[in-house]
Amino acid sequence: MSAVATLPTVKATINGIVVEVPVGTSILDAARRAAVKIPTLCKHKDLLPTAACGLCVVRNKGGPRLLRACCTPLEAGMEIATHDNEIVEVRRSTLELILSNHPAECLTCGRNGECELQSIAADFNIRTDGIKRHVKEQPADCSTGSIILEFEKCIKCGRCLQVCQEMQDVWALSFLERGINTRMAPAGDIALAESPCVKCGQCSAHCPTGAIVENDETAAVWAALHDRDKICVVQVAPSVRVTVGEAFGLPPGTNLTKKLYSALRRLGFHAVFDTNFSADVTIVEEATEFVQRFVHQRGPLPLITSCCPAWTDFMEKKHWDFIDNFSTAKSPQQMLGVLAKTYYAQQAGIDPAKLVVVSIMPCTAKKYELSRTEEMFASGFKDVDICLTTRELARMLKQSGIDFLALDDGAADSILGTYSGAGTIFGTTGGVMEAALRTAHHYATGQKLGQVEFAAVRGLDGVKTAVIDVGGAKVRVAVAHGLGHVSAVLEQVRQARREDKEPPYHFIEVMACPGGCIGGGGQPYGVDNERRRQRIAGLYQDDRDQAVRCSHENPEVVRLYRDFLGQPNGTKAHELLHTRYTARPLYKR
Amino acid sequence: MKPLTLDDLAALAARPNPVTTDFVRVQLDTGGIAAGAEETFAAFRAAVAAAALSTPVLRVGSHGRSWADPVVEVSAAGLPPVLYGGVKADVAPQIVAAHLQSGRLIDDHVIAPASGAAELAASVTHLLVLDTGVGEAKTKFFQFSFVEELKRRGLADQVQVARALDLGVYDEGVVVTLLPAGVTYTNVLAPDVARIVEQSIQGRQVLDDLLWKRTDPQVRIVLRNCGSIDPESLPDYLERAHGYQGLRAALARTPEQVIEELKVSGLRGRGGAGFPTWLKWSNTRIQKAEPRCVICNGDEGDPGAFMDRSVLESDPHSVLEGLMIAGYAIGAAHGYFYIRAEYPKAVERVERALSQAREAGLLGRNILGTGFSFDAKIRLGAGAFVCGEETALIASIEGKRGSPSPRPPYPSVRGLWGRPTAINNVETLANVPAILLRGGAWYAGFGTETTKGTKVFAVTGKVKNAQLVEVPMGTTLRAIVFDVCGGVLEDKDIKAVQTGGPSGGVIPDKHLDTPVAYETLQQLGSIMGSGGMIVMDTTDSMVDVAKFFLKFCVDESCGKCAPCRIGGFQMLQILDRISRGRGAAEDIAALRRICQAMQKASLCGLGQTAPNPVLSTLRYFDEEYKAYIEGGPSYARKMARAASGAEPVRALATATTEGA
Repeated sequence: MSAVATLPTVKATINGIVVEVPVGTSILDAARRAAVKIPTLCKHKDLLPTAACGLCVVRNKGGPRLLRACCTPLEAGMEIATHDNEIVEVRRSTLELILSNHPAECLTCGRNGECELQSIAADFNIRTDGIKRHVKEQPADCSTGSIILEFEKCIKCGRCLQVCQEMQDVWALSFLERGINTRMAPAGDIALAESPCVKCGQCSAHCPTGAIVENDETAAVWAALHDRDKICVVQVAPSVRVTVGEAFGLPPGTNLTKKLYSALRRLGFHAVFDTNFSADVTIVEEATEFVQRFVHQRGPLPLITSCCPAWTDFMEKKHWDFIDNFSTAKSPQQMLGVLAKTYYAQQAGIDPAKLVVVSIMPCTAKKYELSRTEEMFASGFKDVDICLTTRELARMLKQSGIDFLALDDGAADSILGTYSGAGTIFGTTGGVMEAALRTAHHYATGQKLGQVEFAAVRGLDGVKTAVIDVGGAKVRVAVAHGLGHVSAVLEQVRQARREDKEPPYHFIEVMACPGGCIGGGGQPYGVDNERRRQRIAGLYQDDRDQAVRCSHENPEVVRLYRDFLGQPNGTKAHELLHTRYTARPLYKR
Repeated sequence: MKPLTLDDLAALAARPNPVTTDFVRVQLDTGGIAAGAEETFAAFRAAVAAAALSTPVLRVGSHGRSWADPVVEVSAAGLPPVLYGGVKADVAPQIVAAHLQSGRLIDDHVIAPASGAAELAASVTHLLVLDTGVGEAKTKFFQFSFVEELKRRGLADQVQVARALDLGVYDEGVVVTLLPAGVTYTNVLAPDVARIVEQSIQGRQVLDDLLWKRTDPQVRIVLRNCGSIDPESLPDYLERAHGYQGLRAALARTPEQVIEELKVSGLRGRGGAGFPTWLKWSNTRIQKAEPRCVICNGDEGDPGAFMDRSVLESDPHSVLEGLMIAGYAIGAAHGYFYIRAEYPKAVERVERALSQAREAGLLGRNILGTGFSFDAKIRLGAGAFVCGEETALIASIEGKRGSPSPRPPYPSVRGLWGRPTAINNVETLANVPAILLRGGAWYAGFGTETTKGTKVFAVTGKVKNAQLVEVPMGTTLRAIVFDVCGGVLEDKDIKAVQTGGPSGGVIPDKHLDTPVAYETLQQLGSIMGSGGMIVMDTTDSMVDVAKFFLKFCVDESCGKCAPCRIGGFQMLQILDRISRGRGAAEDIAALRRICQAMQKASLCGLGQTAPNPVLSTLRYFDEEYKAYIEGGPSYARKMARAASGAEPVRALATATTEGA
């Protein structure tokens, strides 16, 4: 961290402990370095302070006024006290006020046991309802089927607004009314499903309480598993393997692929598949598309990835002038679903009508994707029946009586279970690009790639650009993650279009969530950049651990095309594995 | 109008102010218009035309006597200008016929504030009489007595006796003012009538035992032009009000010198917090980032406060001039007037002032050839009280939800559109041209050690003359309420004065002799605020007062931060319980606890100060709260009256009158 050391610093004391931090560090962050924890309900490491909760108040030099530690930078010579009698009293009263405006339905809440408000109330040893409860009754918004807004539980911290507006540039959520009637709601007080919401679920991942939660569909999965007339199969998304452990106390990034296979089999799934397999299929289709456009000039450039449903939704709502640039390849989730109900059903001799495909995804938008367009029913049935987020899976495992961490390793089922290193890195920002480049290089040059790792598209910078040599041709690529970073990239392309110039990029990867799927809206709580890095490291390690690291070399993929699909981008592949997009301008009601 | 030059302004400054006589000035501000001043204006025009007179009927702003609206100032040869109050349209022809055509004053409308004059240089032409006592009105009796006495002495044709509306003296029995000198006698008794006529009217001797020697404590700096110039006329401002001479003085100096002049003046922000204006400017000026902005905060929202509205409506150019000087001092080329949409007249007049200034070359590029460029725009507030808070105001101008943001960064560092921004209140800016013109030292000559200059208060509530008052800092609350505004309505006993609006507190009777300054009011648990002052008598319930102001803050809370959003609401629930007699003993402790959380943990001034009305009433009237809890509202009112020393019998009588 030599870069940090060269920044000018300030020296001050916190509870008598001398701290030296870079100029501009908030008192809250500075206190962490002195091992002092200042409580807060609104400040999130990903976000700027909203200064809404009022719990982080501290005192400087015994002065009468209290400062908010979240948004006050530490200044040289400050003498900060964080826990004197009055501060603690003020915090306690403020917390009691917040609790008086909260329904306290902890036992039946989606965040029970994982709620920041609950845990702060426990820390403060709140034992009585000191202030008369006042909660305005308001029905929950379940309109999207992906995300549920339980308005009554909202503490108006403002995190979701900042996430939705600034971080994701979606502008679905806003504050309405004022004073005690202030409420978080879709802007214009409409149903969330009618709003610009793209179901990315980042709001739910950042909400401190149970006010924004994923639509829990575990009951439907239990019902399917217990239904004798159904045959349940399951697929696990790339990123889930390195995050699910967090729900069981393991460090972020711990790779539990094989334990997951065992656990899912124990839950009663007839077959356990891996979405990494279909990620490889996606790459074969998408890389073929790219080579078609880039080498043979069939179709417009840049080609833009489409495997993130929140991103496709966002594009259809706000950037529909890029429809022709979108890869028509379906996302891995949908490809696996359709292949399970056609290819697998055929090969295994199972009636696809009896087959129930469950997916374990990092994402709330994946729930929406299941019935996004009629192409999601390409098998003649709903290709994927139920989608669970990582959080829901963790809950199922806890209910099931399976001692998850003590399980032996298992294996995925053929013929949709083998994966390459390229498939597994789909779960991180830059991963789809990297995987596609590995295969595109082969398709364009016919040669085997020596160095398969493309460091330029890795990392947590919001927009990463690189020029990649593909058999002598220079491919200009851009990788954006976090929808807030997308507009700038697209604007560059538009600018070139207006001026009738070469597009600035040939290939663009977008993932809606910061960090990609490992930072998805359905992942275990408590995400920040540190965790994102650890989760990403877990995926890159999984990639390195694979003998096969390019999608087109995955033997089961090769077999799939040989036995069933024919050519990539061929007629059958198109019928089953590709989709279409429609412009859906906002606020047309 | 052709663009002005510095030479034009210099020439204007060198010229003596034209003395104008023979006019009718109708005070057309929102208050006046609401009381019918536009009809009055039309009626005057019609009456003057019908009488074939050449007297101009002019529009001016308000000098602040809202209680007397519509107010008209009439000047005709031989008499100093006379103010008439309560001039509805039907009174206009009477004034034209009497005053303009025959030099006679009409009864029951004249306002002639006691001037403290002690000499009778010219012969008395008019005698004004008014009973200011508490008893039965004796005005007519004394008018009759004077007329008879004058007749007896053969003076009836030379001296007219008129009943006045207000003579600027209160609770001093029968008051008589002799015009044109303005000598005022107080506590005049029946035997004095003959003495006055004989010695003062015939002998031109001043009767020392009756003479009213006190002078009006008011000093008009902010309100200097209000009511005397046409707010819609730039020439009026230039020729009759030293218009833009402050700007000329500023442009002749460096910005640093201008800031230094402000520092010498000791001017502090009149929006409420009292932050030194020079320091705010200096903090903005030293920022490297450019461009910078200045904003005039005209989002006046305290219940009962109308100082800023009145100034914007009556003297918009002086606020604009102040804004331009601020712009020059901090190096800003852009200014904004943020005015609440509920002030359409103010918006209209500021808009007009801006276009007039633009036309005259006072706004735009290279103003007066000095190289200074500046222009200003108006932005309307949608009525949220919290938008008077500077960070919320900035958010509002930027088109965002009007919620405060954490400071630092202060607007002087990162303000509007991220630029260094100085935000000054209307009244602060109205002071600035006068300071530049007459010097910081002159300004610092008014006021107290820590609080210089004057302050405009809007005195309302249970007061006889609800009006704007401008007094030097350090004037006592009692002087403001009793000497300037005539005391409590219906001559009831005063219980408290509420200052500082919803962020302020009540100051009980026993502390009314405190000189008004930022620090003294704070020590008493209130604040200066923007200048609202509400007078309460012994029948006012302090729990209801606290509830009223708290309700205001609860309604106006932006809802952003928890202590204010929930704390205010919960306190209101408790106060409501108490006021209905359903309170419990532990409610007081709960109130105090929530007050503490709100004061200490709220993000902005609204939340931090919203508990003040509750805390200050608890501080001075905790017995009343206890009485409410123990015995309910009726019992509490009875106890409160007894505690304030009002006789029970009289209190009962008052209650009966009220009921009737």
